[in-house]
Amino acid sequence: MYWINTIIQGALVGGLYALFATGLSLMFGVMRIINLAHGDFIVLSAYLAIVVIDGLGVNPLVALAIVAPVMFAFGYVLQRGLLNFTLGGDILRPLLVTFGLSVVIQNALLELFSADSRRLQLPFLEMTSVRIGDQLAIGLMPATVFVVAVVVIGAIEILLYWTDLGRAFRATSDDIDTARLCGVNNRNIYAMATAIALTVVSIAGVLFGIRTIFDPTIGPARLLYAFEVVIIGGLGSLWGTLAGGIILGIAQAIGAAFDPSWDTLAGHIVFLLVLLFRPRGLIPKTFGL
Amino acid sequence: MNGVPYRIERSTRAGRVSFVVMLLAVVVLLSVPAWAGRAEMRLLIEVSYYLALAQAWNLLAGYAGLVSVGQQAFVGLGCYGFIVATAFLQVPPLVAIPLTAFIVGLIAIPAAFLAFRLRGAHFAIGTWVLAEVLRLIFTLIKPFGAGTGMSLPIAVVRDIAESRVIREFILYYVSIAIGVGTVLSIFLWLRSRQGLALAAIRDSESAAGSIGINQQRTKLTVYLIAALIAGLVGSLVVVEKLRITPAAAFSVTDWSADVIFIVIIGGIGSVEGPIIGTLIFFALRFLLADYGAWYLITVGTVAIIVMLKAPRGLWGLIGDSFNLHLFPVQRHVRLDPERANRSGPSISRGGKLQGSSEEWAK
Amino acid sequence: MSLLQTEELVAGYGDFQALFGVSLAIERGETVAIIGANGAGKSTLLRTICGLLRSRRPTDVRFDGIPIGSLEPEQIVALGIAMVPEGRRPFPSLNVEDNLRMGAYCHRAGPWTLERAYALFPNLAERRFAMSPTLSGGQQQMLAIGRALMANPKLLLCDELSLGLAPIVIRDIYAAMPGIRAEGTTLLIVEQDIQRALRVADRVYCMQKGRVTLQGRPRELGRDEIKLAYFGV
Repeated sequence: MYWINTIIQGALVGGLYALFATGLSLMFGVMRIINLAHGDFIVLSAYLAIVVIDGLGVNPLVALAIVAPVMFAFGYVLQRGLLNFTLGGDILRPLLVTFGLSVVIQNALLELFSADSRRLQLPFLEMTSVRIGDQLAIGLMPATVFVVAVVVIGAIEILLYWTDLGRAFRATSDDIDTARLCGVNNRNIYAMATAIALTVVSIAGVLFGIRTIFDPTIGPARLLYAFEVVIIGGLGSLWGTLAGGIILGIAQAIGAAFDPSWDTLAGHIVFLLVLLFRPRGLIPKTFGL
Repeated sequence: MNGVPYRIERSTRAGRVSFVVMLLAVVVLLSVPAWAGRAEMRLLIEVSYYLALAQAWNLLAGYAGLVSVGQQAFVGLGCYGFIVATAFLQVPPLVAIPLTAFIVGLIAIPAAFLAFRLRGAHFAIGTWVLAEVLRLIFTLIKPFGAGTGMSLPIAVVRDIAESRVIREFILYYVSIAIGVGTVLSIFLWLRSRQGLALAAIRDSESAAGSIGINQQRTKLTVYLIAALIAGLVGSLVVVEKLRITPAAAFSVTDWSADVIFIVIIGGIGSVEGPIIGTLIFFALRFLLADYGAWYLITVGTVAIIVMLKAPRGLWGLIGDSFNLHLFPVQRHVRLDPERANRSGPSISRGGKLQGSSEEWAK
Repeated sequence: MSLLQTEELVAGYGDFQALFGVSLAIERGETVAIIGANGAGKSTLLRTICGLLRSRRPTDVRFDGIPIGSLEPEQIVALGIAMVPEGRRPFPSLNVEDNLRMGAYCHRAGPWTLERAYALFPNLAERRFAMSPTLSGGQQQMLAIGRALMANPKLLLCDELSLGLAPIVIRDIYAAMPGIRAEGTTLLIVEQDIQRALRVADRVYCMQKGRVTLQGRPRELGRDEIKLAYFGV
């Protein structure tokens, strides 16, 4: 029973990891940019939530309603005003510019908020558990996170396959020149991709901040998790991303069951194993997004 | 028969001038312990090993197209490797330094096997994950002090030299040797035939492949050399600090971020760039020493701006506008009509070196 | 005023000049063919007109009197020029229907809808949810044409429709042309197949090494003239 509990906890966290990965793979799919500041944007969202909570006295979920649009706008401006100018050449420029961004954001957060650990409080969710049978209890918080993750991924899937914008994302991912011949404005489409990616990131960030204590320096670790999920699940498949997240979450949970400090390492090792034996991931799609 | 004779020149006038200047600089550096204090020597030690790391990263990213954010894996392995060699295996410290580097180079082979399964940006993060794996493993290994790290045993410290002054001297000269040696070796390597292959890969991977350059092997060689250099630096760091923790040994900030910024700002893809970058980096550190996190915010912002406006860095701007090559790695073809009567290599008139538009148009 | 007019059009790829002063004019409702050997600059001409390449001066290309030389491709499509690119270039991640819908991204009003496109190419209707890479070469060409038509263009640019296709397939594709012309669409076709071009076009331009070497109505052009203009020997 203990192990089943562990695996379920891991799977539920996996939903959050899948959310981390969704934003990353959206940007990569459309623009072939790996945003090295991705993890720091997750942390930034959590800090923005703190600002809103401290300023308005609301709870984190309400704060999210403000943080998400702010991150949407920020993503659009960031892409249009900065990252668009790194495109069109080799990978060095977007990689190094986002790396620079990562360092700047971490240190700016350090200056503004100090290195103290913080946490977003949502007592109701955190304290409540749902009992299943006599030996299984699932916390409402982890369950909520998982459900939100599935809903968001489903929403992105609908966006990509049922809307004009999503179709444009997929077409751009395939062939930007021909997409422009259909009327797609490349500068705008890239900015929309980043805007949506950062909106997803903000949701993940607030949920993350409720779940874990955070400080300005833990962004890069989330980037690595997001990346590992993308690789384990396979590039180009959203539901593969969810599967990848679940697998990473379970790996970490099992590692932690042996010794709490082994969680991250267990995840890395599973990642390396997938890299070794199935470098294309467990559920790769053959094309683009 | 009506060919224009040519000869290949390797050196430039600026190169010859700067050679003399560098020689003088090295002489000055060698004399430093005689007149400078411990703080200055420590600074120069640090400059040396950042220079070495920057040259290594420049080779990786600027020439082989391998953007690694995981060099700290090999620095850390160098740190712990040195301790293992000296404390557990009783290897004399001065032998342990190159030995450790060599072993780190060997460990880089399976690492490359894993990392090379990824390309581009994925490769970058993959190397980072590898480094993190190592950091976490070392955080958990009890004999190495786990999270709190370990110190260099006194016996080993005494092995280097009995007096602290002599130890500082030894550390200093070894560092300078490594710093200058790295620059020199890389420069000479780039001038060689293999270096030409590397420059070809830097300029165009597909073109390089089509003329038969074995890119995988060249990239692997570069990766191993960079790991070796990082291993050397790792040993130096332990000797300098006398104590190491996994967080410090495998720090992405110290051994990747700072180095990457150095190379970006100084100039990627040239031997001069990392030198300039290291000087600028330490100047900035000195100027902004009292401003805490603002220092890194500034460096990061400068790096972003440089990447956007001057992708080949400060040296790219200077070197390009003045056509300056202080470390000449190029081969210049000089057309030499005066030698028309003597026998020698020549190119026929039909093949111009720089085609005009009409000739290239279909 | 001509629908499309180029005046001493100069364009190229970086240091590599491909067009050396191309002047042509296309009237509404016409079908104009451009023939020429490989590398003559035909595709470059089309790519410059649709905006993928920059021309030297904005006024080098005028569409309905408007200079379009410095406009972006998505702006040019909105004005009414659509391109069927060389090599078809369907979007591999999209199925047939999504490809067609992409064509309508710019939302220009006009007679062409999904139903009309399927009516023109029943082949596509049968495979509307198939992923585009699974289509045959001919079907992909039809898809590319359909996609361009969905933008309801005044001027349709067709780059090498017959490239790599079997003659019977080419015939089927060209069989759709009358249907397109009937809607009043002007056609500018680049063709390597001289016979096909002469049969379908109202007027023909021949290009060689980035210059126009011959123009006229197919009836009025002699075989030797064309051979000279085409090969330049």
